[in-house]
Amino acid sequence: MDRDGDELILRGRAATTPLAEPDGSSGDVITVRGLVKRYGPVEAVRGIDLDVHRGEIFGFLGPNGAGKSTTISVLCTLVEATSGRAVVAGCDVDRHPQQVRARIGLVFQDPSLDNQLTARENLFFHALAYGVPRQERPARIRAALEMVGLADRADSQVITFSGGMKRRLEIARGVLHYPEVLFLDEPTIGLDPQTRARVWEHLREVRQRTGTTIFMTTHYMEEAEWCDRIAIIDHGRIVALGTPDQLKDRVGGDVVVVTTGDNVRAATEIEERFGARAIADDGTLRVDVTDGAEFVPKLVKGLDVEVRTVTVRRPSLDDVFLKLTGRAIRDEDVDAGAAMRQMMMRRWQGGRR
Amino acid sequence: MSTVTATRTAEAVALAPAPRPAHVRVSFTQAVYVIWLRDLIRFYRDRARLIGALAQPVLFLVVFGVGLSSALGGGRIFPPGLTYIQFMFPGVVCMTVLMTSIFSAMSIVWDREFGFLREILVAPIERSAVAVGKALGGATQAMVGGVLMLIFAPIVGVRLTVLGVLELIPLLFLFAFTLTALGIAIASRMKSMQGFQVVMNFLMMPMLFLSGALFPLAGLPDWMTVITRFDPVTYAVSPVRTALFSNAGLSPAVLDRIGAEVSIGGYTLPLILDVGIVVAVGATVLGFAIRALQARD
Repeated sequence: MDRDGDELILRGRAATTPLAEPDGSSGDVITVRGLVKRYGPVEAVRGIDLDVHRGEIFGFLGPNGAGKSTTISVLCTLVEATSGRAVVAGCDVDRHPQQVRARIGLVFQDPSLDNQLTARENLFFHALAYGVPRQERPARIRAALEMVGLADRADSQVITFSGGMKRRLEIARGVLHYPEVLFLDEPTIGLDPQTRARVWEHLREVRQRTGTTIFMTTHYMEEAEWCDRIAIIDHGRIVALGTPDQLKDRVGGDVVVVTTGDNVRAATEIEERFGARAIADDGTLRVDVTDGAEFVPKLVKGLDVEVRTVTVRRPSLDDVFLKLTGRAIRDEDVDAGAAMRQMMMRRWQGGRR
Repeated sequence: MSTVTATRTAEAVALAPAPRPAHVRVSFTQAVYVIWLRDLIRFYRDRARLIGALAQPVLFLVVFGVGLSSALGGGRIFPPGLTYIQFMFPGVVCMTVLMTSIFSAMSIVWDREFGFLREILVAPIERSAVAVGKALGGATQAMVGGVLMLIFAPIVGVRLTVLGVLELIPLLFLFAFTLTALGIAIASRMKSMQGFQVVMNFLMMPMLFLSGALFPLAGLPDWMTVITRFDPVTYAVSPVRTALFSNAGLSPAVLDRIGAEVSIGGYTLPLILDVGIVVAVGATVLGFAIRALQARD
């Protein structure tokens, strides 16, 4: 795939780039080909191809149960792939998990700090476990704590920290050993908007200071906007990949959102009379059109159903997702299939660890 | 002034341009040390847990020791000069080690529940180092617990000698290492703390009761004798009791009467063989523990 050209890949299009050189000298710090992960009868990841460039913030976007966490777990060597290959920081995750682990940092969905220890002790043990040279340990720990604004709480036990503080401490810990890639699995889940913004501030600072590649999963659309590139994953497959703007261009033109007296009838009428597809979402109908200003008067005139409200706007990533998958991405929208898949996965994982 | 310098160093380190990490290999020893040190810091910080671990053995010592000593008439069954409470004292020391070891191994389940286990499992350290570090950590804690129980020796009337204690410490440590490894092998397969009660009831208690810690192994019915010989704790209690009592001046004849030393089919196992069995069991379960930690989904 040409790095600077059209980065949009479509479902099923084969990737042709060779895997990264063993020394990681290519521009891609993560290369994934044909990744599949099955939990018993459940296929959580169904063949993913992916290249992440060195130094970028890469977002992995999708609803709960889409296969985000499974993919990230494979890349972090926590889960073994059923088939396919993944090379992270120049090392094969299957053949050299230990080397991969030395080169990556991780921030999990659930906190993984030792609550009994202080912030400084948590970082100290991390530094020991990742072989940070003794002379550098104090300075690096201090710098990491300062970066996330926890220097004044360095010697408090983690048990006294708020959720946001814990997450910041985990980010500090994740970059302490200068990883080539920092993986974050839903780093801002359950945080209030203010704390979320702060976490992002720190992430951008990490990238700016150290050039670390950041690979994160999220199901918040606003966050995906801040990524350099995003991949949208649904039902274990990547359905689109590109910069946020490129993806939005795929929707094309404008999004018209209408509420009517009878959405079902309106949807049929829109399809019959304007040849446009209307997607139902949360009591509204969304129609993608090339020119919203031109379409609205025609729509209002052309519908037999009573039109209550009409809104025209530029497409958002929500619209991209809606267009690609036919449904909205939302917390509460975990569809039955995804929920079941997640449950099954838990059960299968439960047997092992 | 020193703070200014410190801050500057901190910034210089953090601002290092796109560091391509040198990928320092973490040695096996350092990895073991990390895991061990963390366990000990937590142990030291959570002293309430230590008291909790000692409470039950002390209860056994007081209730059963005093109760049974008077019920048995202070020595009718036991050779003259040895009361039941004195007899059971080494057993209670072993019980302390047993419980502290298993408790400490169960912290793996705790760590899993609170997420910290993942931090350990994604670190670039070998899983075998995790198991060994954890086993050494638990062994250290259990040894401390066992030695602390010796405080009660003068109270129950068991004479301590320097040599006896010095002989005891490595025995307790080996014993604790084996039991912690066993605990890790079980705990690393467990998903929640709920399973802990099962382990307590179906593993710890039978292992304790059948080990000769609380009653002499001499003169038991055949079926029970057979079971006791399959209990690894038997081979730990025996050297501990022998070490304590022989240094306290008890004659081999008395030791023999109470069946202090394990015999199989009339052959009395020498101390070295008891220790050998404990070590062999420890190595085997450690292998299982490592295997369990290595499993990936």
